[in-house]
Amino acid sequence: MLELRNVTKTVGAQEHIRDVSLTLQHGSLNVLLGPTLSGKTSLMRLMAGLDAPTSGSVWFDGKDVTGQKVQKRNVAMVYQQFINYPAMTVYENIASPLRVAGVEQARIDKEVRNAAALLKLTPYLERTPLSLSGGQQQRTALARAIVKNASLVLLDEPLANLDYKLREELRAELPKMFAATGTIFVYATTEPHEALLLGGNTATLSEGRVTQFGPTVEVFRKPVDLVTARTFADPPLNAIVLSKKGSDFLLEGGVKLPVPPELNGIPDASYTIGFQPHHLSLERPNASAVPVRAKVTITEITGSESFVHLDFADARWVMLAHGILDFETDDEVEVFIDPRHIMVFDQNGRAVTASKLAA
Amino acid sequence: MDKTWNNKAWFLVLPMLVLVAFSAVIPLMTVVNYSVQDTFGNNVFFWASTEWFEELLHSDRFWEAMVRNLIFSFIILAIEVPLGIFIALNMPKKGWGVPVCLVLMALPLLIPWNVVGTIWQVFGRNDIGLLGYYVNALGFNYNYVQDPFDAWVTVIVMDVWHWTSLVVLLCYAGLVSIPDAFYQAAKIDGASRWAVFRYIQLPKMQRVLLIAVLLRFMDSFMIYTEPFVVTGGGPGNSTTFLSIDLVKTALGQFDLGPAAAMSLVYFLIILLLSWVFYTVMTNYDAER
Repeated sequence: MLELRNVTKTVGAQEHIRDVSLTLQHGSLNVLLGPTLSGKTSLMRLMAGLDAPTSGSVWFDGKDVTGQKVQKRNVAMVYQQFINYPAMTVYENIASPLRVAGVEQARIDKEVRNAAALLKLTPYLERTPLSLSGGQQQRTALARAIVKNASLVLLDEPLANLDYKLREELRAELPKMFAATGTIFVYATTEPHEALLLGGNTATLSEGRVTQFGPTVEVFRKPVDLVTARTFADPPLNAIVLSKKGSDFLLEGGVKLPVPPELNGIPDASYTIGFQPHHLSLERPNASAVPVRAKVTITEITGSESFVHLDFADARWVMLAHGILDFETDDEVEVFIDPRHIMVFDQNGRAVTASKLAA
Repeated sequence: MDKTWNNKAWFLVLPMLVLVAFSAVIPLMTVVNYSVQDTFGNNVFFWASTEWFEELLHSDRFWEAMVRNLIFSFIILAIEVPLGIFIALNMPKKGWGVPVCLVLMALPLLIPWNVVGTIWQVFGRNDIGLLGYYVNALGFNYNYVQDPFDAWVTVIVMDVWHWTSLVVLLCYAGLVSIPDAFYQAAKIDGASRWAVFRYIQLPKMQRVLLIAVLLRFMDSFMIYTEPFVVTGGGPGNSTTFLSIDLVKTALGQFDLGPAAAMSLVYFLIILLLSWVFYTVMTNYDAER
């Protein structure tokens, strides 16, 4: 079990990590999700022991390891860049952590061949990394992490530099490879859908803070605040600031968006409403859906789906619609918002939920 | 497809041809002309066939200069390359120290060669030179004007002072191009300082090191100005390298024929080295 307790890391005047507390269990898959510069790599460096926190402490299996050197911990890390020893063969690269640990030759050979077979590197064992493709190079780096049998495996956007097909393939295999070892598996990514595909737990990061940590689907469905919801949305979360009066949110043009029944008790005030692109639709999804008129700014087509960017009042929304739609810029369209799928945030950006109301 | 011919194109390459002719072809052919003739003055020339070449290749003086030059190149490479790597490894990677170090390193490279020679010529004198005076005051009998060994030491130290910076700067460029993640990965693996150097830094510097070695070898093989200013090739012939010997023959003794033959042989050697340089570099790139 890896525990970060109120960990803060400042470099110069900049706060890279701000008061992060996290507990990661053995055998768990944990995703760090956040945009570039949100602190994913800084956090991983702290977890690994490459950096010592400015304040707070790091605990591993009940022992305080704050400030302990990375060499003393059993950690493996894979980076976005393909990091291998350039002058060694693939075989020697995979064997390198075992050689440093002083493992005997027979076991090294067995482990290296196992890892190579697992990552489909067997034909390339005698080649040097630079003569391999990007995917093979990254698999070599992954094999190094596997043979190390580390109790903490950190993957920092490992698939970002790979082509699409390979990314899909490796993403599916990766958690399986490490699952059997009982290691704490940490995976950093900037892509919300990658977090969803991996499953496990997700910690959303924003400006050096962990905004929420929990099962991935729960974080996605029920973000605790607007920042988390925005972090966990691609394309960007549709949001609009509205005022609530009675049982309705008031939209531009006199349209009323009914407040979800479980939130009826909230006071009349200004709220931010957020909803996902696929909860905006061209056809009425159900009787309670509310039609609004918006202006098309651009339509992006991705295979069988279209992202339609819309202007509504001051807000800019994205609608994910099936099929290929050919709207012209400035077309007026009627779209439906499904009030059952809206997220409501108060003026401080905190999520307003039924359970909070009850409390 | 039919090729279109347009003879106007010749006019476009003409300036280039004229330039090359005056800067390279005509001077070179003049030398070739001298190398196969003999003269006793008054601009009267006699056909000498390959006499000068045969004489040159059988001359002890030429081969001694050649051997001296090779030994010199070997020694300065053996010192400058490891020293350059060592300094580059210890230079700061960030902060205000970087520009300071880079400027300090670049300084010797910016000084004209004959000035470098003059600096060391004065610096090493045992009557007024800072170095020479104090080395003697410390009890060493150092005099580069009289002792061949001292002359060699002076010329080598001068070359090391002048050119190690080049190796340093090339290596440093190679080092800073290594992403930080490599060092982190090595740290996580628990690799020692030596292992980091041997398996990360050295392989990553390989390319620039190759350039450094070849550049320094060619340069030191053609060295003229600095030893000429400091020792004039002496004492005796002890620091007479190929180019110094060539100038002595051509301008000292005014033996145009032998000097021309020697120039051509020298030129062919350099040409051969350039070819080796080029082949090694392109092969190296092809392997990557």
